Amino acid sequence: MGNQEMGASPDEVLIEARGLIRRYGPTVAVNNLDLTLRKGEIVGLLGPNGAGKSTTMKMLTGNLAPSAGEVKIKGVSLREQPKLAKSHIGYLPEQPPVYPELTVDEYLRFCASLHRMAGKDIAAALASAKRDCGLGDVGSRLVGNLSKGYQQRVGIAQAIIHRPPVVILDEPTVGLDPIQIREIRSLIAELGKTHTVILSSHILPEIQAVCDRVMIIARGLVVYNEPVANTHNQSSVVCGFRRPPEAVQLAGIDGVDGASVLGDGRFLVSTRKNADPREAIAAAAAERNWGLIELHAQQRTLEEIFVELTSGDLRAAA
Amino acid sequence: MSNVFNIARVEWRRIFLSPLAWAVLAIVQFIVGFVFINLLLQYANDAAQGSDLGVSDVVAGSLYGFSTILLLLIMPLMTMRLFAEERKTGAITLLFSAPVSLTEIVLGKFLGVLGFIVVVMVLMALMPLSLAWSTNMDWGRVAAGLLGLFLLMTSFGAVGLFVSSCTREPTIAAVGSFGLLLVIWLANILAYNDSVPFHQVFSYLSLIDHFESLRRGVFATADVAYYLLFSALFLWLTVLRLDVERN
Repeated sequence: MGNQEMGASPDEVLIEARGLIRRYGPTVAVNNLDLTLRKGEIVGLLGPNGAGKSTTMKMLTGNLAPSAGEVKIKGVSLREQPKLAKSHIGYLPEQPPVYPELTVDEYLRFCASLHRMAGKDIAAALASAKRDCGLGDVGSRLVGNLSKGYQQRVGIAQAIIHRPPVVILDEPTVGLDPIQIREIRSLIAELGKTHTVILSSHILPEIQAVCDRVMIIARGLVVYNEPVANTHNQSSVVCGFRRPPEAVQLAGIDGVDGASVLGDGRFLVSTRKNADPREAIAAAAAERNWGLIELHAQQRTLEEIFVELTSGDLRAAA
Repeated sequence: MSNVFNIARVEWRRIFLSPLAWAVLAIVQFIVGFVFINLLLQYANDAAQGSDLGVSDVVAGSLYGFSTILLLLIMPLMTMRLFAEERKTGAITLLFSAPVSLTEIVLGKFLGVLGFIVVVMVLMALMPLSLAWSTNMDWGRVAAGLLGLFLLMTSFGAVGLFVSSCTREPTIAAVGSFGLLLVIWLANILAYNDSVPFHQVFSYLSLIDHFESLRRGVFATADVAYYLLFSALFLWLTVLRLDVERN
């Protein structure tokens, strides 16, 4: 539909998820998650353990069917045309999905053939994936005999060997040594030039170093979704109300760019450039009887944002 | 279709890269060879007393009849890893996120196991072949016995594949498929119990009763169809089981 018109533009939407919900019995792991990714973006998915990062990634890659909602990859519905949609994705799950009894070359050739690459293209794809992931001299070794770090690289090579437009990496730097972490980071940055990348991590500096945009997930909800540049010296306002209004009402106030719900009647209000909406918020609260109980500006780092958004969440859950 | 063969090729290769396959083949060959020689000695002895059994009866009948029990023991070991181990190590994600349908995954794995079965069949066929230069064999009879073994193993493989898709512990998959196979095998016990309603049906459902006629050299389409339908049923159940897993 609309996606075809956008096909040629650099802003092409590669992943679009709408209203994703995933329940495990009574537990809701992911609750009404929306996600849009454009070409050439590197998005970092942050969140405390059990926030729903891996579940989200599994749904985006078709490993898990969402209880509700829809995923479109390059405009192709993952539910209606799973084979076509999956052919646009490369996925590295938490544990690299490797066969320990095969050699690196055999394994990667198999991965390439699963993606229906023609025999003559496979050799070139194999060589370039190995070069990108620093696997040049272990091609004939058994995957099972490699160290954890090298197995991780094999996992990444597997995700990019067919050069998919979308690469999804679940904690790609776990188990790597510091030098390897740097190499993988520069690899991801390199990938980001031509591919769209989603990666999840616990390591905040890593996200800050590599990603264009940060999404923080807590209790299955997206609680933060901003370009990384905004987190540098970004000033924002936190306010709390006894009788909280809708977030839209807050967003309508002068100088306010947007408001996100923190729970317990608290909001994180992002401000327009060089604007300080605190006075306007106070006035609006008094006028509409919201019961203002908290109002302060803050300059925050990504870590502070993360801690605030997720620990507040834990308090609410407790 | 090319995906099915790709998966089958890698699965077959992985089966033969593991020492398990070679150990199983060696032990099967040793035991079956031992029984074969024993049967031959017995036959030679009986022949001296003027028995009217042919040598093909001994090989295709007694030897292959005995082999079924051995195969019942080893097939669960060969199929236990197919899905259970991959699920345990997380390698199954590779196939689930690739542009491959569940049916292709299941058929690919099954074809890989068929590759192993073919190797077992070659071993089984070698023993009557070794007699070919010294006596006249009833090849039709031997072929019927081999076909019966092949179909029986195919059914074992399909059941094993299904049980393996239900668990993440290979050992549980092995015990489970052995148990399930034995129950279907023994369904014919009920057939001899007159107090059970419709008791003839159980004889028809039993895995081993359909092998009996093939073993005796009688080729009946109904028996072949039974094994093919039986395998297809469990392959279909495997696809359903994997689909449930995603939901």
